Amino acid sequence: MQHTHYLIVGASHAALSALHAIRLHDAEQEVTLLTRDDSLPYSPTVLPYVVSGRSNPERVFLRDEGYFAQHKVTYRRGAAVRKVIAGENAVELADGSRIGFDKMLLATGAAPLLPPIPGLAGLKFHVLRKLTDALALREALPRVKRAIVLGGGLIGMHAAENLAKAGVEVSVVEMQAHVLAGYFDAEASAMIEQVFTANGVRLLMGSSAVSFSAQGAGCRATLADGTGLNADLLLVATGVAPVTDFLAGSGIETGRGVLVDEHMRTNVANIWAAGDVAQARGFFTNERIVNGILPDAVDQGRIAGMAMAEDPGSKIYAGGVPLNTYSFFGQQAVSVGVHEGALEPSGVEAMKQVNSAENRYLKIVLKDRRLAGIFGVNAAFDPGIMWELILRAIDLGDEKLAFLRSPQDTARALMSKNWR
Amino acid sequence: MGAAYETINFKPEACDGCNDCMDACAQAKAQSDDHLQSRIQIVPSGEGFELALCRQCGDPECVLNCPAAALAKNAGSGVIDWDGSKCVNCLLCTVGCAYGGIAYDSASSHVIKCDMCAGAPACVKACTTGALKHITAGRIYNEVGNLEDLFVPGLSGCQGCNTELIMRHTLRRIGPDVVVATPPGCIPGMGSVGYNGLTGTKVPVFHPLLTNTASMLAGVRRFYKRNGRDVMAVALAGDGGTADVGFQSLSGAAERGEEILYICVDNEGYMNTGMQRSGCTPYGAWTSTTPVGERAHGKTQDAKNLPLLMMMHNCAYVATASTAFMEDLYDKLERAIQAAKTGFAYLHIYSPCTTGWRYPSDQNIEVARKAVETNFVLLWEFNPGDGLRLTHPVEKARPIDEYLEVLGKYRHLDADQVAHIERSLANNLARIRGFVAARGSASV
Repeated sequence: MQHTHYLIVGASHAALSALHAIRLHDAEQEVTLLTRDDSLPYSPTVLPYVVSGRSNPERVFLRDEGYFAQHKVTYRRGAAVRKVIAGENAVELADGSRIGFDKMLLATGAAPLLPPIPGLAGLKFHVLRKLTDALALREALPRVKRAIVLGGGLIGMHAAENLAKAGVEVSVVEMQAHVLAGYFDAEASAMIEQVFTANGVRLLMGSSAVSFSAQGAGCRATLADGTGLNADLLLVATGVAPVTDFLAGSGIETGRGVLVDEHMRTNVANIWAAGDVAQARGFFTNERIVNGILPDAVDQGRIAGMAMAEDPGSKIYAGGVPLNTYSFFGQQAVSVGVHEGALEPSGVEAMKQVNSAENRYLKIVLKDRRLAGIFGVNAAFDPGIMWELILRAIDLGDEKLAFLRSPQDTARALMSKNWR
Repeated sequence: MGAAYETINFKPEACDGCNDCMDACAQAKAQSDDHLQSRIQIVPSGEGFELALCRQCGDPECVLNCPAAALAKNAGSGVIDWDGSKCVNCLLCTVGCAYGGIAYDSASSHVIKCDMCAGAPACVKACTTGALKHITAGRIYNEVGNLEDLFVPGLSGCQGCNTELIMRHTLRRIGPDVVVATPPGCIPGMGSVGYNGLTGTKVPVFHPLLTNTASMLAGVRRFYKRNGRDVMAVALAGDGGTADVGFQSLSGAAERGEEILYICVDNEGYMNTGMQRSGCTPYGAWTSTTPVGERAHGKTQDAKNLPLLMMMHNCAYVATASTAFMEDLYDKLERAIQAAKTGFAYLHIYSPCTTGWRYPSDQNIEVARKAVETNFVLLWEFNPGDGLRLTHPVEKARPIDEYLEVLGKYRHLDADQVAHIERSLANNLARIRGFVAARGSASV
């Protein structure tokens, strides 16, 4: 049986960040990185841009072979893990071979969640999680006139925009009343929706597909209100969920994802998890959450990597803060932290400035004079500084009014003073 | 070994908010008058000003956060390069950056960041207040890092001591054709002469008596010269071995113009033997032989100005240097090496002692910097042709308290003692300025 000191399962942001952290401290011991894909590492986040043609699929790779050679890393493609063997510090690959490890990181990410809608299973539809998905979608695009995007989250909206720009007539079907419900309130979402509508995207909010049927080479969706929609392309983007089924019988505790502590350690010795597959403590809640966003995957990967390499500078995970950035039709929406509804009401202040004419929106939520959330549409502020203000629980004190008036400059000054 | 890079340093206390840097940047990078286009952002903060600018981080979070491989740390320049042909405008880099160093610019419809203007930052050139400084010392480390380290790994200096830095850097620069003398003191104490019959250097090294360092080196140099070989004779000595016990042979060698490079690493006392006072220990300082108690309050005499004494020997080259100002130190080392080929070269390097001066071990370079910025020590150089020149004149010296208060050896000082120190520093400054004023006339 092949053996490696560090085994990293997965090859996207959490895995690469962990690898980077391991190699900063331990330049020698053997590292093996496994990916189920047949390509170099890439980010799922770039895929909508591969579909639209903005990104050249040959140039999206996050590392090249030279990097792995330089850092003495064995990079294995087409190596999906079928199961983790309990008590043996080993995994079994899809081809039946086994790899033993001293320490393993699970950074296997998430997979599209398919809704149980009658007729969907028998249909030819697209998802967008892997590079091969993006290439298939891009390849199909020239023949598509009408498309249905099921789901108004980030992936669905990115795809809808790119389809619309390619001249496709797009309908987005979303059960929630608004798009991007996880990050923005109704008012901000409405501003985003308006831009889509103005660009010819049909948004069917608060509606759900109850059945699908094949229609020639395409499909027909029937909505809850009885409306029928025909399309020659169906993209299912109703969310993603951590992949944990291969852990059955391994003894690794899972909830929605793989449960980890503040060092990204699972309950099983020598096994860590990070990124979209992990369920770790939240910053605003005592419960463990799946915070499936790229910057958090980077953060969690680094913490796991440092712990695995026994780096004396190991950090403790501060907890997941919901955040995201979203560009659409040349406009920007940014969300960092939580809305007032997610907080104990005492000491909470919320302030909102809306300029509909300029499609500009800014909302700031404070808790006990500390930043808890900031949300903007075409509003200038530095999300990284805001995230850090939240994590450091910086008391805005006398700067509170200045912050509400001018969050970008005030936060920059606070940053420059506080983390010099 | 990682490379060292250039950086832009910001001193908020010197910034007056004139925004000339932002004008210059917006012009240089976007041919625009719009400050929003500037990669450097000065922001008001209370009475003063603060800064948002790409730090060109060594371990950049923006790069790890980029899903499109559009950001990369350039191993050559150290700049984090942005590739517009790969960028997808997702703004995730702005989430990774906790410094506001990469931000969306609506005028250009993508993120913008500082690219250091290919090594000549426009903002720094435009800054007239000294708030922005282009730190290029990284070049030195890269250049010297490529030279062979002539000491063994693992010298056992005290934690935070800068002497190891001085030793390794100077010998790297001097090169292998050298014989090194390390008289008793911290430098042999930390292992440079070696243990159990093995030397701590990769070049010939010997351990003279405190009294005869310069005379032995004079003989070594003359021997090799007579045999037709250009071998440098270098002393790495402490201030005690130089100023007190070894002064007779030093003075003689300097007066005879022996071709020696004599480096005095001045930590203001006999630190490795238990922190006794030396002729270089300043007034008021605690040492184990100038104790602090009911009646005694540290040293009661001023330090002798050893580099000035050496200047009065009319040596081929004399200079003082500090490890807080490495570019300056390197310039002087270069000139001292050249001068030692034809005459006596004396380099006096200040070396704050973490153990004997009693301050946190991570503060060494900061203490060295404060010594210069308060005019406690003056950085100058001398050669017989040009006279004395201040190489780092400090126009507005910081209050001496800023230096004294960080050092445990001055904790007991009363107001009279501080006043004495201030008088001594003023006298010293006036004396040195007198030599500066006499440049080109009397000193030849």
